[in-house]
Amino acid sequence: MVVSCEEVWREVSNYLEGELEPGLRGAMEEHIRGCKRCTAVLEGTRNVVELYGDERMLEVPLGFSQRLHERLDENMPAYMPPSRRSLLGWMVAAAAAVLVVGSLEVIRSVSRGSEMRSEQAQIGTGVPPDMLVIVSEDGKLFHVAGCTFIHEKAKLQTISAAEASRLGYSPCVRCMKKYLADA
Amino acid sequence: MPERVISLERPAEQFNEAMLIRRVRDGEHEFFYELIRPYERRVYAAAFAILRNEADAEDAAQEAVLKAFKHIRQFRAEARFSTWLIQITVNEARMRRRKAHASIMEPIADRQDEEGNYTPRDFADWREIPSETLERNEVREMLAEALAELGQIYREVFVLRDMQHLSIEETAKALGISSASVKTRLLRARLMLRDLLAPGLGGAWNSRLSFEKGTKPW
Repeated sequence: MVVSCEEVWREVSNYLEGELEPGLRGAMEEHIRGCKRCTAVLEGTRNVVELYGDERMLEVPLGFSQRLHERLDENMPAYMPPSRRSLLGWMVAAAAAVLVVGSLEVIRSVSRGSEMRSEQAQIGTGVPPDMLVIVSEDGKLFHVAGCTFIHEKAKLQTISAAEASRLGYSPCVRCMKKYLADA
Repeated sequence: MPERVISLERPAEQFNEAMLIRRVRDGEHEFFYELIRPYERRVYAAAFAILRNEADAEDAAQEAVLKAFKHIRQFRAEARFSTWLIQITVNEARMRRRKAHASIMEPIADRQDEEGNYTPRDFADWREIPSETLERNEVREMLAEALAELGQIYREVFVLRDMQHLSIEETAKALGISSASVKTRLLRARLMLRDLLAPGLGGAWNSRLSFEKGTKPW
């Protein structure tokens, strides 16, 4: 199968989504290897997706969270159904709340133990620890072999997900989506 | 038995989400704050993508969160809470936008033929851009400005799919369009952003020219 530049441009987004059937994907990769313009389009598009996909691009105005909580404080009581709970019930609920919030804090502080390489790190996932994944020396994420978000120029190695995690790599939100969604 | 690694365990937030929703429904409204905490920034970003004004986006985001609280009993467990929340936000922001723009024509960019092929205009060679560059305010601003230049229909799809990492199907659901439309718009959004950014990010960036204060790198 031979593809033209126009076909590459039309499919570059689906290629990055990993949605192409193997035949077309292979033909595109072969074309791109020999075409400077299509290499520029693919690399540029991949950069766009990676840069905008970074957590740091989701900026909120200063004090946003506080003002949101104040608005909730003011308005939530109006929406609440009349309480059916007894005083004892409330006391039990309050004690449970303290315990749950406390345990969440403990879990979170444990999760923070190893420093992540990326702000986008999604710590705590359902990725099987013994699964073999691809990491690059300069990268921050670990990938499934064949993920379109692996930059080819980087030095790659295959290690276990547990090892990648220990080294501070975090799962690619694209190719590891299945595990992140399952978690 | 394989060794378990703590950082690969299920996240406490997701693990507890169903429990938090149940408790809020049962009247323990203090748990609602914990429930929405991971999504506050996403709600704002979705509203901003549509309204393009900080104050309007913040107000719409607050209203959307309040609506989510008010209608929490209507949330169905088979959906993801995050998608449901973003869907409410998109509806709230669109409603406000319609009211504000009732008498104004849509920008030309919004009426582009989305079926036609898009031809890239710039072929500058981009190498991998290290994400550390996002530490710089001017880089984030440059990216935000480029995003603001996209037509509404492209920006909505791009923000939900590529910035909030919703799946194609979740994006389609949140915006009330087909998955095929999401893919078409996503392609165009990505290529347009690449064209807008390539002169700066592809050229000057890689030759390590420094950003002079007040001047653009291209």
